[in-house]
Amino acid sequence: MSAKNYLNVSYGARSWLLTKDHKRIALLYLASITLFFFLGGAFAVLIRLELLTPQGDLVQAETYNKLFTMHGVIMVFFFLIPSIPAVLGNFLVPMMIGARDMAFPRLNLLSWYVYTIGGILSLVAVVSGGVDTGWTFYTPYSSTYSNTAVMVTAVGIFITGFSSILTGLNFIVTIHKMRAPGLTWFRLPLFIWSNYATSLIMVLGTPVIAITVLLVGIERFFGVGIFDPKLGGDPLLFQHLFWFYSHPAVYIMILPGMGVVSELVTCFSRKRIFGYPFIAFASLAIAVLGFLVWAHHMFVSGMSPYAGMIFSFLSFMVAVPSAVKVFNWTATLYKGSISYDAPMLYAMGFIGLFTLGGLTGLFLATIAVDVHVHDTYFIVAHFHYIMVGGTVMAYLGGIHFWWPKISGRLYPEGWARFAALVVFVGFNLTFFPQFVVGYLGMPRRYHAYPAEFQVLNVMSTAGASILAVGYLLPMVYFVWSMRYGAKASSNPWDATGLEWQTPSPPPTENFEQTPEVTWEAYDYPSKDKEKEPQVA
Amino acid sequence: MIGFPLFPEVASTIAGGVDTLYFFLVAVTVFFSTLIFGLIFYFAVKYRRVSGRALSQTTETTHEGYALEIAWSVVPFLITLVMFTWGSSLFIANSRVPDQAMEIRIVGRQWMWKVQHPNGRNEINELHVPIGRPVKLTLASQDVIHSFYIPAFRVKQDVVPGRYATMWFHPTRAGEYHLFCAEFCGTYHSGMIGRVVVMQPEDFQKWLGGVTEASPVQTGEKLFSEFNCVNCHATGGRQRGPQLGGLYGTDVLIADGSRVKFDENYIRESIINPNAKTVKGYPPVMPTFRGQLTEEQILDLIAYIRSLTTEKDGNVR
Amino acid sequence: MPDHSPALAHQFDDIEQQHESSSLGMWIFLATEVMFFGGMFLGYAVYRAMYPTAFAEASRHLDIWLGGINTAVLLCSSLTMALAVHAAQLGARRTVAIFLVATIILASVFLGIKAFEYYHKYEEHLIPGAVFEFPGENANHAQLFFSFYFAMTGMHALHMVIGIGVMLIMIALALRGRFSPEYYFPVEMTGLYWHFVDIVWVFLFPLLYLVDRS
Repeated sequence: MSAKNYLNVSYGARSWLLTKDHKRIALLYLASITLFFFLGGAFAVLIRLELLTPQGDLVQAETYNKLFTMHGVIMVFFFLIPSIPAVLGNFLVPMMIGARDMAFPRLNLLSWYVYTIGGILSLVAVVSGGVDTGWTFYTPYSSTYSNTAVMVTAVGIFITGFSSILTGLNFIVTIHKMRAPGLTWFRLPLFIWSNYATSLIMVLGTPVIAITVLLVGIERFFGVGIFDPKLGGDPLLFQHLFWFYSHPAVYIMILPGMGVVSELVTCFSRKRIFGYPFIAFASLAIAVLGFLVWAHHMFVSGMSPYAGMIFSFLSFMVAVPSAVKVFNWTATLYKGSISYDAPMLYAMGFIGLFTLGGLTGLFLATIAVDVHVHDTYFIVAHFHYIMVGGTVMAYLGGIHFWWPKISGRLYPEGWARFAALVVFVGFNLTFFPQFVVGYLGMPRRYHAYPAEFQVLNVMSTAGASILAVGYLLPMVYFVWSMRYGAKASSNPWDATGLEWQTPSPPPTENFEQTPEVTWEAYDYPSKDKEKEPQVA
Repeated sequence: MIGFPLFPEVASTIAGGVDTLYFFLVAVTVFFSTLIFGLIFYFAVKYRRVSGRALSQTTETTHEGYALEIAWSVVPFLITLVMFTWGSSLFIANSRVPDQAMEIRIVGRQWMWKVQHPNGRNEINELHVPIGRPVKLTLASQDVIHSFYIPAFRVKQDVVPGRYATMWFHPTRAGEYHLFCAEFCGTYHSGMIGRVVVMQPEDFQKWLGGVTEASPVQTGEKLFSEFNCVNCHATGGRQRGPQLGGLYGTDVLIADGSRVKFDENYIRESIINPNAKTVKGYPPVMPTFRGQLTEEQILDLIAYIRSLTTEKDGNVR
Repeated sequence: MPDHSPALAHQFDDIEQQHESSSLGMWIFLATEVMFFGGMFLGYAVYRAMYPTAFAEASRHLDIWLGGINTAVLLCSSLTMALAVHAAQLGARRTVAIFLVATIILASVFLGIKAFEYYHKYEEHLIPGAVFEFPGENANHAQLFFSFYFAMTGMHALHMVIGIGVMLIMIALALRGRFSPEYYFPVEMTGLYWHFVDIVWVFLFPLLYLVDRS
């Protein structure tokens, strides 16, 4: 019965490292990204251990500065930004639209190599002593004063940025040009809409961070004063250039997660998603508005108060489409038929935690409050709620949901539900106290802190240890399932979507024949659809 | 008392207002989070899958729920408008420096804050101020970006090298409060902390009186002659530069015909980059002092030049 | 499956789809390049607004004649490139190669003049960094100008070198008969890229060379 599928069609390192199959490339990314996630996580563990006590007694100050910098750089550039698009997106986008592969398979493979080379450079930076500038690289500290591996890291980020650009370019062309007959835009899964919006940001925003790190590199290498005030440069110009990308970057990190959640909520409620066009357009709105708010990271930098007000207003505006999505997801549950499989637990967790994290963003858009909480743990808590409570949970939910399709095996459901609950509890215990200690005034990037902040920090570290367990469990049982898990049918969840009309795992060409789509998206219940194409 | 604080002290005139807005935001957050978490939980239980139960029939989605979609777009939009209006007006109000503020200048450098009172008293990593009157800080950085943060007052200002920053506060409670650097500035960023000591006015005067150093004005006067500024900028000599008395706070006409305010930033720029904005009618021959003066020395010179301008009632402007 | 061109890649259904995809892909790539150069243009614009005198003074050290000649050379190369694309559409493989070679020659002339200009700057001690020397008060700001000058023209030159590399590949493919009226888009995409490189220079030249030259 072991039919040829994309996993067993050929063996050996060459067949993987020179593959043009989008599904294999997705798995190459899965391996690299998992590695970087645990490396970034290891740095986080050390940070939280240091912060158990008010004194800086576990590591030296300079080491601590390197720990939080490397944690940020690795998690942002080498985990969060690629994660869902490069793993789930690469695997699913062609399948969801009924195509045999991406528009540019070789560019796809190139994107993984580019990512890997950038990643290796960042590892070189870690090994050669680390970087201590913070992932935000503010000048003139990063360009003139720091004597750590700034150049290597900057070059690594520059190179990895091209991976993002190539992925985004591939997605846009593929989605525009390679949809199966009958698959109009409004019949597409919302996962596609989200990845499309994300790709727009990837291609337009990433070049700006590229040029920014290039200029910092030039300044460091040649000793010229592009951002150094002593030589006539302007440190705030760096901040504008940096945040012009790095704010939209956070939407690169969250939009694909929202796409996953749309798929999960609808499948596990067995009900067509509520407000499809609104969710689709909200994704585009977030992408566009996301480019207009960058200076809300700079309210206390010395910017004119009137410019500040404009960015404050636009930052409030970008919250509205996100709210619309949350309401639509919640409304999908109404009168649905809800099951508590692990992907759904992650999805429901996402909706709640994203809501909380997103609402705390409003605190930051409110300039008068932002003055007090900027650069404190309030900010740290806010973005971890979105990126970890949001994106990582969506990522895990998606990996669980599509695992049968990817691997042909079922993961153990009991352990998965348990892990999801452990993650939820651990996450909240880790990051909620940080809102409190942030409003109290504890600044971020502090190696040592006043004693009265200790109890909250201990709570946070305790939560982190629980969270770590929650993340390690899937590693164990996914690997276990590859050998011992029950074999999966082509559609174990009885979900709609073209990817479920192929065997698990799929053949290299995805579909025997290009499907022709005559039905609307999320046409639940799907029991009596006669429209599937023939599959092997 | 649980032994550790959960909320910062309220020690300035604006802190209460910021906290009120904060509590409003907390209320909105609690409301919507509870709503969403609650609905999810409720729906997940009420509509949980029971095998055999008829699945809900899906209906055409094209026209359903438009009213609902508009409602839950407009209502959040209106709520954010409230937040924006409240937050902006509070911010604008909080950024206006009150008159008659006591002026103190601060230079931040890796990794300490050097505080200079106008009468010459200076301190490191500590800021003594009297209760009950506004204090205006002028801040400069010697090297990288720092940020001066007093949580109890709810004030924070980034100090960017190459320009001056100003901030103000009006303390309302005597006591000692944390002072933090809030912008990562290198190895001992977390050591760049100190305390703000708010004292009763009489105690503050007593503390201030214990001064042995020269005041900034006196130091500035010495620098003015040491670096030969007198050669061009004082009367009774070869006067190649404008006389500086009476200029502070006025608008001066510069070479390209426009006007600039003669303030701290203009003086600093003229010392470091003299020919950027020369006063009209004077040749562009002033040499640059970039690299020859520290930020503190420049501030001393500025204090002296300011002292050359007096209001009609004799106060320095 | 209808009979398809030998150039059809397996992921596409027909050659039209492949053509449209390549075209859209190239346009998106050019959009990323606009954002990339745009960041540098923005930085340059900010500093030029802050230090107009210094920038004008520094700009006068650039040779306006060499810059002008280079502009004309590059514009001609866009013409030969367009002619190469046209020849590819007609399936005239030798003509394609001839015009691509002409484009490469013109590009090389441009790069040669650029190299000469760079060397001249080196002799005048105008390379930013430790050896930079500039008479007068505005040395630091002039150094800013030259940092941007070298970054922007250097990045542009790098794009030209890559373009030349791609054209060499196109010549080889053309001579091997890979292009036809049905499948000529690699040449067309190269043309799009080359025109973009040309347009960037059309902006760079006045911004860098023609500051305040009344």
